[in-house]
Amino acid sequence: MKEKIILRVISKFLIPYILLFGLYVQWHGDFGPGGGFQAGVIFASGFILYGLIFGVSNVRTAVPSAATRILLPLGVLGYGLVGVMGIFKGGNFLDYNVLAAAPTGGQHLGIILIELGVGVTVATAMITIFSTFASRAELQKPRDEER
Amino acid sequence: MTFTGLAIALLHNLFAVVMLSSIFSLLGAAVYVALDAVDVAFTEAAVGAGIATVLMLGTLALTTSDEKPARPLQVLSALIVVTGTGMVLIYGTLDMPDFGDPAAPIHNHVAPRYLGASGEEIGIPNVVTSVLASYRGYDTLGEVFVVFTAAAGVLAILGRGRRPKRRPKRKQNMKEISS
Repeated sequence: MKEKIILRVISKFLIPYILLFGLYVQWHGDFGPGGGFQAGVIFASGFILYGLIFGVSNVRTAVPSAATRILLPLGVLGYGLVGVMGIFKGGNFLDYNVLAAAPTGGQHLGIILIELGVGVTVATAMITIFSTFASRAELQKPRDEER
Repeated sequence: MTFTGLAIALLHNLFAVVMLSSIFSLLGAAVYVALDAVDVAFTEAAVGAGIATVLMLGTLALTTSDEKPARPLQVLSALIVVTGTGMVLIYGTLDMPDFGDPAAPIHNHVAPRYLGASGEEIGIPNVVTSVLASYRGYDTLGEVFVVFTAAAGVLAILGRGRRPKRRPKRKQNMKEISS
């Protein structure tokens, strides 16, 4: 789809706003609708739109596969670590009350941290799945033409 | 939504089916908004109408975009199974409480406590987030592990996309060895 100029211009205009909206949904999840899952998917959809219009190899330059492979488990580990921190501070697993001086402050901090973990894992998982599928499809095309 | 579902069942071009299922998800999201479940509608619109469509299109690019013609016997047996399951499901809904019934068990179990106490205990305006991230933290951790496992599985099966680089190298090595 590289030669479609309308798609190129419009998507170039839209992608920054999609990413910005993803970040807004991520950090605003405790006040309005949204949270890590939605934010991760929206953030990833920005990259997927970029990949659909400009090709998967460009997405791979923007987000190298090494980066997604590191960030993917890092989100889950971050989530788990917040839970383990609760144990170290004298509470139960995933008990946020003990994370800060006031229980509500601890809850706030814990929720923001685990939502960040969720968002990172979901976004990188979506980008990983999309780019593996798409690069596989690009691999197959030249082979079909050879036949 | 019913029309979209029927069209999905009747059409044989899988590209059109993928597009219609995306429309189905979008209509579902609209229904969730009408039911005041904005968080769920958000997820449905983003995942169901967006990401799932892109992934199914990617699968179509890898395989084929036309359905295999089914044999009449298969159609008949499938129809019997679907009608049977549908009747059992409809029979199951007969026992459910009326829509919006305030005496329904779901409104009287833990929901009042969450709605009443989350303001003091969690201190976050969005009760959905406090239930998802704090009261039900274990479940959300499990969901994140599901997403992680899905991505890890795709990576393990479909590889890391390194193959085009490796193959020419091997060929070069072979040539060097043979020469």
